Amino acid sequence: MLWGLLAQFKTSEDLVRAAQSAYANGYRRLDAYSPFPVPNLAPSLGFRKNSVPLVCLVGGLLGGSIAYILQYWINVIEYPVNVGGRPLHAWPSFIPPTFEMTVLFAGFGAFFGMWALNGLPMPFHPVFNSERFLSVTRDGFFLSIEAKDAKFELNATREFLMTLHATSVEEVPYRSAISKS
Amino acid sequence: MTELREAERMQQRSGRPPVLLPRQTYGGITDQISGVVLTPRISIGWLMLFGAASFLLTILLYSIAYLLIRGVGIWGINIPIAWGFAIINFVWWIGIGHAGTLISAILLLLEQTWRSSINRFAEAMTLFAVMCAGLFPLLHLGRPWLFYWLFPYPNTMTTWPNFRSPLVWDVFAVSTYFTISLLFWYQAVVPDLATVRDKAVNPTVKKIYGILALGWRGSARHWERFETGYLLLAALATPLVLSVHTVVSFDFSVAIMPGWHESIYPPYFVSGAIFSGFAMVLILAIPIRKVYHLENFLTMRHLDNCGKFMIATGLLVTYTYVAEIFFSWYGTDVYGTWWNWNRQHGAYRIVWILDVFMVCIIPITLWLRKVRRSPALLFLVSLDIVIGMWIERVMIVIITLNSTHLPSSYGLYIPTRWDWAVLLGSMGFFAVCFLLFLRLVPMIPIFEMRKLAYEIETPEE
Repeated sequence: MLWGLLAQFKTSEDLVRAAQSAYANGYRRLDAYSPFPVPNLAPSLGFRKNSVPLVCLVGGLLGGSIAYILQYWINVIEYPVNVGGRPLHAWPSFIPPTFEMTVLFAGFGAFFGMWALNGLPMPFHPVFNSERFLSVTRDGFFLSIEAKDAKFELNATREFLMTLHATSVEEVPYRSAISKS
Repeated sequence: MTELREAERMQQRSGRPPVLLPRQTYGGITDQISGVVLTPRISIGWLMLFGAASFLLTILLYSIAYLLIRGVGIWGINIPIAWGFAIINFVWWIGIGHAGTLISAILLLLEQTWRSSINRFAEAMTLFAVMCAGLFPLLHLGRPWLFYWLFPYPNTMTTWPNFRSPLVWDVFAVSTYFTISLLFWYQAVVPDLATVRDKAVNPTVKKIYGILALGWRGSARHWERFETGYLLLAALATPLVLSVHTVVSFDFSVAIMPGWHESIYPPYFVSGAIFSGFAMVLILAIPIRKVYHLENFLTMRHLDNCGKFMIATGLLVTYTYVAEIFFSWYGTDVYGTWWNWNRQHGAYRIVWILDVFMVCIIPITLWLRKVRRSPALLFLVSLDIVIGMWIERVMIVIITLNSTHLPSSYGLYIPTRWDWAVLLGSMGFFAVCFLLFLRLVPMIPIFEMRKLAYEIETPEE
């Protein structure tokens, strides 16, 4: 079964232009692949909502409040120890662990949130069926249009991709043609 | 050699050497850096270094085993000096780690593009240095197998940690620092692991790197979130790195000991940490660029900038020394005055003299451009700084405990062979980890180099 079409481009500029015109032509199930973060590439695919900062914020708030509440509960309620008559709720002393836990959980949010939103780890993806795609981590720039796209028509879409100065356009199947070897 | 000539022209135009030699293709960059990992050949030099490092690591394991059997009595520590080498080495190692985070996080936020080629191995240096650092307080516990008592967890003894103690803060600071450094480092490694996966021929190698690369496919949406996440982690690591050595300094300054109970301690420790950390970065970078022929990525500009960082942080440390002497004279605390006299004239005066000479005086040579532009001289000065900063921690820990408030409890500390064995062994552990890193992970962030090449080719309008 066909997953979609994969077009390769020579430069990052070609790829950004191609992504823009594909989006302008009504294709929505698009993705672009590059060996390094190319500026303006994601926005040209219609990518707007980046929720990583939100997850990071939630993590930080959670970590900080857990740390402070835990310290208060331990040192004031559960296990009060009188050290030279000093107050049990010694809030300045609670700040360093609270800060560290805020950073730790915000970091967890940013890191794991980023991978989760990206849908990774995902060991296999149909684009890996393309031999050419190996160069995406070296110097290859690619644009894919999925067959599920409402506007997708094999020949028309292929023609369209060729007009965008693609160096090659190939059909990518869902399943690998090569059996387990 | 047209590239070199072009680099010279670029230097004349902008007044400084470039961060990346021009006219490098994405493919060329990728092949050069990943080639170090993918070559099946193991060089004799690497093997010899690895052998030497493994020997030291064996010493570490042996002395830890002996320590577990006999207890901390095998070290030279006793009352009044109960904090010997274990704490000295802890402060020293964790300080070394600081430069890695500084380079990767703070310089990223400041958009210093020159950081790109040194950040990967500087961060790896941080990880391994923090591991070494964490080892020492653990061994110093006396019963290291009960280390988990430091964490707040419900237990049958119905006791809890006392959060009013800086020693408990330390547990949180160091463990958070290690975790965040690891996440930050691993995130940036993933796209490069994908490069190794795609270039590898051997199916086993392909599979292992494939698993570690998490299925990275360079999607534009992924890159967007990746960069946001990376910036956020950098923004989190920046205050974190300042907080860690601050908390370490609280271990000292919260105690009411002469020479420790000073409000200057947090900036004193942080600047000293960055000072020794940059020296360690250079100690690693200078041989690496030579051996792996990476002069096109690790340019003179990098060495020069690290040298300038060492001038700045070295001056801060010198300022602290001057301030300490001033306050021991100007202050009203007689024990502070005595501590300072004892430091300069007491049993450990040689430590003080060596410290001032190696930390304050020799680094003055860095003001000379000739020294900053000469890898060999820079290497020697860095070596001096790293050793000098270790001696500084000896001064801080030992001289205060050597003569406290009560004359009846004055005492000396003489390290035993086991003290030295653990110190040497920790260096072996560090070296083993670092050599494995050089062999198994692309030591320069390849995708950042591709981006740098892209930015150099397409100047912003």
